[in-house]
Order: sequence, then C-alpha cells, then structure tokens
Amino acid sequence: MLEKWRKHRFLFEELVKRDFKAKYKRTVLGMAWSVLSPLLMLLVMRLVFTRFFGRGMEHYTTYLFCGNLMFSYFSESTGQGMTSLMGNAGIFTKVNVPKYLFLFSKNVQTLINFGLTLCVFFLFCALDGITFTWKFVLLLYPIVLLMVFNIGMGLILSALFVFFRDIQYLWTVFTQLLMYLSAIFYTIDGYSETVRKLFLLNPLYLFIRYFRKIVIEATIPSVWFHLLLLADAALAFAVGAWIYKKYNTRFLYYL
Amino acid sequence: MSILEVQDVSIVYLTGDFKEIGLKEYILRKLRHDYHVNQFWADRHITFTLERGEMLGIIGANGAGKSTLLKVISGIMEPTEGVVHREGSIAALLELGSGFDGELTVRENTYLRGAMLGYTRRFMDETYDSIIDFAELREFEDRPFKQLSSGMKSRLAFSIASLVRPDILILDEVLSVGDGAFRAKSEAKMREIIRGGATTILVTHSMEQVRDLCSKALWLHRGEQIACGTDVDAICSRYERFLAGKETL
Repeated sequence: MLEKWRKHRFLFEELVKRDFKAKYKRTVLGMAWSVLSPLLMLLVMRLVFTRFFGRGMEHYTTYLFCGNLMFSYFSESTGQGMTSLMGNAGIFTKVNVPKYLFLFSKNVQTLINFGLTLCVFFLFCALDGITFTWKFVLLLYPIVLLMVFNIGMGLILSALFVFFRDIQYLWTVFTQLLMYLSAIFYTIDGYSETVRKLFLLNPLYLFIRYFRKIVIEATIPSVWFHLLLLADAALAFAVGAWIYKKYNTRFLYYL
Repeated sequence: MSILEVQDVSIVYLTGDFKEIGLKEYILRKLRHDYHVNQFWADRHITFTLERGEMLGIIGANGAGKSTLLKVISGIMEPTEGVVHREGSIAALLELGSGFDGELTVRENTYLRGAMLGYTRRFMDETYDSIIDFAELREFEDRPFKQLSSGMKSRLAFSIASLVRPDILILDEVLSVGDGAFRAKSEAKMREIIRGGATTILVTHSMEQVRDLCSKALWLHRGEQIACGTDVDAICSRYERFLAGKETL
C-alpha cells in the first residue's frame, strides 16, 4: 500500500493541481466563491425559514449552518466525483493507473472547500453566542467519516455514470429530495416516535445531528450513534471499492 | 530471460447496447428483449517473446486486434486466456492529444504526462529541459496546450515518452506524424533508444518503417496471428502482397 502510494504520489499531486486550476481558472472570485455560495444559501434560508421553523428556537442560525455545512460538502463531493472517472477516460484507457486517483483528486478539492467553510462556520458560532468546549474536538469524527462516506458514494456514482449516462440527472433529483429529508431547516421533534426513528436511516441526517449535538447542545452522542455513522461510511466505502475492483479492467468496454 | 513473454494470449472484447446508454434505455431494452451484448475474440492464441533491445513491429489491417493486444501488454486490460509476463517498466505512448489537458500549459502537461507514465518528480525536473528542447517547443512552454498545432502536440508526446527511459516502450502509430525534419529526428532517436537496450513495440501501417527499424514482426489479421518472426522483410512482403489482393490467407 505504502509502496503504491509512493509510486503514484507524483501523479496524484499533478491531478490535484490540474483539477484545481480547471476549477478556479474561469471564476473571478476563485476560491472565495466556494465559501460564498453556501453562505448565500444560509442567508436565504435564515431569512425565509426563521418565521416558520425557527420560532422559539435558540441558535437557529447555527442550527441551519450545521445542516448546510455538512450537506453542501456531501452534494458537492458526490456531484463532482460522479464525473471524475468518465472525465479521465482519455487517460485510464491508455495508461495503467489506479482509477480511484481521479476521484480522490476531486475529493481533495471539495475537502479544502469544506475546510474553508468550516472556518466560517466557527466564526458564525462565535457570533451566535455558542460556547466552545473541548467536545468540539469530537467533530473530527463525523468529518472524517463524512469524507469516507463521500469517497464511497463517489466511487459508486462515478462507476454508475460510466454504465448509465442519465444517472447524473437522477442524482440531482435524488440529492434535492434528500436535502428536504435531512432536517436542515426544520426539527423532527414534532413527528411521532416511529417517524423520528426513520430519520436515523438517512446518513446525512446522522452527520448533521452529530454536529448539532456537539455544537449546540454540548452533549456527546451515544456509542450506538457513533457505530451507526461508522457503519454507514464503511458500507458506502466497501461497496464503492468493490465495484472499482470488479470493473477495474472492464470500465473501458463502456467508453 | 525475456523481457516480455506473451503466451497463448486470447482476449474477448465486449461490445453492444451497453455503450453510451442511459438507465431508462437500459430498462426499456431489457423489457423489450432488445438488449444485445456481443462477445468476440479480439485476439486469439497470440504468442511471442521479446528480448532486451529488440524492436517488434505489429502490422495488420484495421480491426486486427493490435490496439487490444497493446492494452493487454501494458496492463490496462487482462487477457481472457493466456499469460503476459513482463520484466520492468512499461511506457505506453498515448495516442496524439489524448490525456493532455488543453487548459494547462505545455509545461504542466509535460509534468502530468510524465506522472502518468510513472516517473518521479525529480526525474521530470532533471529531464524537463531536454524534453522541451527535443520537441522544439521552448517558446511555447508557458502557453496553454490547446494553442499548439497537432504536429507540435505529437512532437511533445513523442519527446516525453522517448526521453524518459522505460524498459518497454510502446509506440502506437506515432512515428507517422510531424513534419519531415522531425520524423527523421524521431527515427534517429528511436534507433538510439533501441541501441540503448530498450525493448520497443511499434504499431504502424508503414512497411518502410517496419523494415527499417524492427528486428521482429508480428502480423495480425482479425485477431489471428498470421505470422511472427525475425524474418521481417519476408513477413512485410507477404503482407503487402496480401493487401494488394495477390495472396489469400
């Protein structure tokens, strides 16, 4: 594994550089835009939803931001990751390189975006009167797992995109639906016990919930909660890795 | 010890309705029983070996299975039957322009291509100047790649692949590009590489090049190995007679 990494490190670095340049070359605002767009989203939500969902709720801005932060990382990572394999068909059909490098490279970029937005998030937390506790260190757990989850989903989607070209549109619709199901701007307290349990099936809700627990409530989620997150991330990654392994030398038939 | 051994290699290639298809069309076709996948042997029972310093010319009409065979040799595909045994590194020379990024500069593309071919950054730092000088692209090195003419692009592709020193070099119809002057230069370079001990596989439609450069020839026709041997001139002549319709298989 280490040997392989050493061998392909140079290629990986060059791919990251290439993707970075491709992305920010034509935008005037460059990287600032990546932070600005979730902020605009937050602003709109804050203005529109406060009256309906945020009434009598403390730290509604932070509540919203938690949801937006995690969800935009997920949707950006999977949306861009999906085309990573197809977009590099010219390379992997000619040279024998590990195909997951293309996706990883895209994920480095979205992770950087996430990191920048996270800094803004902490700034907003301070403005919103959140007390920073040592428990914030635990936020690393959902962040790392969301990264693994995103990579797993990216592997699955980028492979599916090679097989079926209309996945892209389906995925856009699906992310939209998932967004509404992830309790980003509302709370699930009003639902019955059974419905609330159903929310636990949505990995995105879990990631967001973890953040809110630590940041707003300053409580550590249960061990079960931790394990559930771990299982989701591991499952996505395992399925993705399995598809890549199985189709490694067969992707090129589809191009 | 042979540097490359191809033993009784057969490759199944898939083609059919699964290409460029959407999920919707896939389901509709499945329901209508109108979904067809064709399997065919792109290569059948190919056997040859290459020693260090040898140059193999692969000839054959379109659809003979040359490119598929090269993909298996370079490890992009797995053979369906048979074994490919390689000693050392392989640099597959990509087709013109493919794998380059039009938005990046010539310099960035050179590094990216070098990285794809498996070289280290330090190696590229050391050889970058000679690559650019050989490709005669010094004044273009910080220009976007898309501004280059196709001849310039192929010059760069050739320079990167030949100035780095792989154990096995694969050239897929690349010597036929570039102007006369560069072609002469690149052929001289090829000879230098062969003398330097690199093993080379050349795919071309030019019998002149095969006769001139190669020490071994392999003639493929619709996946079958028609002839293979060191008697390059005889194989080329037979192939030319076949193309002219004077000989049947």
